[in-house]
Order: sequence, then C-alpha cells, then structure tokens
Amino acid sequence: MADALTAVVLLLVAAAATVAVLQRDPARQAVVLSLLGVALAALFTVLQAPDVGLAQLAVGSAVTPLMILLTVRKIRCNGRRE
Amino acid sequence: MSLLPYLTAGWIFLVGVHGIATSRNLVHAVGCLAVTQSSTYVLLLAVGYRKGATAPVFSDLPTDAPVVDPVVQALALTDVVVGATVTALLLALVVQTAKRHGTVDPDELSELKG
Amino acid sequence: MTRRLRLWVLNAGLLATAALYAAACTGLPGFGGSRHPYGDRAVRTALQQHTANAVSSVNFDQRAFDTLGEETVLFACVLGTVVLLRQTRGEKRVPPEPAGVPAALRRYGLLVLPVTLLIGLYVIAHGQLSPGGGFQGGVVVATSLHLLYIAVDYKALERVRPLGLFELADGTGEAAYVLLGAAGLIAGSAYLANTLPLGTFNTLSSGGTVPLLNAAVGVEVTSAVVVLLAHFLGQALEIEGEDGDAKDGGRTA
Repeated sequence: MADALTAVVLLLVAAAATVAVLQRDPARQAVVLSLLGVALAALFTVLQAPDVGLAQLAVGSAVTPLMILLTVRKIRCNGRRE
Repeated sequence: MSLLPYLTAGWIFLVGVHGIATSRNLVHAVGCLAVTQSSTYVLLLAVGYRKGATAPVFSDLPTDAPVVDPVVQALALTDVVVGATVTALLLALVVQTAKRHGTVDPDELSELKG
Repeated sequence: MTRRLRLWVLNAGLLATAALYAAACTGLPGFGGSRHPYGDRAVRTALQQHTANAVSSVNFDQRAFDTLGEETVLFACVLGTVVLLRQTRGEKRVPPEPAGVPAALRRYGLLVLPVTLLIGLYVIAHGQLSPGGGFQGGVVVATSLHLLYIAVDYKALERVRPLGLFELADGTGEAAYVLLGAAGLIAGSAYLANTLPLGTFNTLSSGGTVPLLNAAVGVEVTSAVVVLLAHFLGQALEIEGEDGDAKDGGRTA
C-alpha cells in the first residue's frame, strides 16, 4: 500500500517536472512549477520528511513562481518599450 | 520498486538539463534549473528512506522507534530555501540582461557579443 | 557549431549520463533498506543533546558549521540581488495605481493573514520539537505579509514592510549566528559547539544553542525573503526606464 502510494507520487513528480521543462512560456511554466512544488511536498511527506515538505511547500509553490512571474512582467514591460 | 525512486531522480535531472541547454529564454532556463535542483532532493530523501519508519521527530515517539535518516533531510532542507535565493539572484541577472540588451534569448545574446 | 550539431552533442552526453547513472543505481543500497549508519549515529546524538527533532539537531548542532555556510550563501545571494535590482540612474519610481479588490477576497485575505503569520512564528519557535524551524517558518512568515498585497494593495504592503529595517534584520540574523558560534570558543570549546545547558527533553528551552541558532536563521530567512520579494515587486510594479511610461508601451520612439 505504502509502496503503491510512493510510486504514484513519484510518477506525478516526474510528470510535473517534464511538463515544467516542455512548457516554453515562462509565465505558464511558473504555474507548472508551483504544481511541481506541491507534488514534491507530497512526495517528501510520503517519504517521512515533513521538515523538507514544509519548506518545499512554502518555497516551491509560492516564492519561486512568484519571482518568476514578476521577472516576466518586468521583462515584458521593457520589451514593449523597444 | 527498489530502483524507481533513484531512476525518477535521474529522469528529473536529465529532463532539467535538457531544458536548460535547449532553452530560448533565460527566464525559462532558470525555471529548468529549479527543476534540475529538485532531482537532488528526491535522490537524497530516497537514499535516507527506511521502510516502516517514521519521521525523525521524537516529541511523541518512544526513543527507540525506527526513524528515517535525518542527515539527508537536513541537507535537503537547507538547500530548498537557499536554492530559492540563488534562483532570485539568477532572475535578477536576467532582469539586468533584459535592460542592457533588450533580449533574453541566449542565442541572440551571443550574436550581440560578435 | 550549428544548432543541430549542438543538439546531437547534448543528446549523446545525456544518453551516456543516463546509462552510467542507471548502472550506478543498481549498486546503491535498495530503496527503504534498514542500513543507515549515519542516520543512526545522528539520531543517537540528537537524543543525547535533548533535541526532539533530529533534523534540527543535525542542522543547528551536529552540522552547525555547514549551516553557517548555507546561511552565508543565502546572505550573499540577497546582497547580490539587492545590488542588481537597485534603482539606477535614469530610472524613476512611479507608485502603481491602487487596484480594486473584491470584498470577499479582501475579507478572506485579512482573515488568513494573521493565522498564517501565527503559524509561521509557531513553526520557527518549535523548530527543535516538531517538524519546522527557522528555514521553513521564515518563508511562511515572509509570505504571509504579502497576503496584504493580494487582499488590499501595494501601498498597504509597503506600510507594514519597512525595507531598511528588514535589510538590517537580515544582516543581524547572519551576525547573530556567527557570534553565537563564537560563544562556544569563549566557553573553552570548539566554534559552534553546543555549550549551553541542554534543558529538559521535549520542552521549548531544550537543546542548548539549537533554539538560539534556529531563531537567528528564522530572522535571517524571514527578512531575506521579504527583501527579495520587495525588490522584485519594486522592479515589476514601480521602477520604469528613462524613456517614459511602461504602460503606454511602443508609442515612445
């Protein structure tokens, strides 16, 4: 049972990582990255690492995607002025 | 099953590296680097896992209970947070590049250099 | 080198790495095995040092010097980002227009904010007892403040976030960690050695220097994330280049 759960979450993480790389538009990639963050947090919890899961949830699902989105916005504003 | 977690970590790493190398947008490349980085956490925690054990927190456990390896967790934990600040530094560099050269495509940037 | 050739080289390299890695995996101890020599020793030491959360014990006691290195990387990254994203000559700050927020979102945001803040502080404070600590809790506290931007507006966020103070706090957190390490030297032991009385197992004051180092990291991570997001928000919302408004785009020559 625990094995099956681990396998499912592992495959979920692998799929999210693949989609995050294949998504070439950075704004959409940020959304996929936050999904990847949640999937990783779930995996770490299944692997009995709540400490890491907590950090991953806060960083991966909120801080990193937010910074990427802000960067995209800044660059778009710049690009339109050219 | 006994190899799946290790192979998943390897897959995430390779996919991430491929994304960085073929990226046409520096912001996308930084995102791929974040993906690549997460493969190390998967590998570390997979190495430290012990079947049937619980998290290494003894506030409501008997002190002889089997627990998973806390060392790899500590390594992954600090890197999750520190990695986010490294991502921030890279994104700041991308913002500067966009300001100076008006593009974030690595191929166009190398042409600019001439 | 043409793009096609580069792709070939890349794929060959990745395939070779994949093959070598897969071969190496078969030599690793099986997933979920029971042999963890380092883990067992770390757990034994954590219990000796009266620290219920073995992960915090590894971070702030057994490998505290390693954490000092990690913290310094964090500090340097924040410093670099602040320098790169500062307002340069020829750029001007235009405060963004206040935007309307739906009443339901505002109520929800203002309700969730204090709860999140409290959870973050709890997670920092109980780092040596339950899952959590300065690294995780710091991020939660910093993120919770930014709910104010979502629920009210940018100006409200700026008011609760005196940036200078947070930049100062970031340095103070780093300095506190370094100085706490020196306390070990004064006590006649090694740098960053756990020399304080260890306290009663499973209470807030247990673990000797662990809660103190944990608090220092909490302060540093909180202010680091606040400072980073502040500079990114500033660049995206406020700072504009010399030739005119970002909003009226392509019209400027």
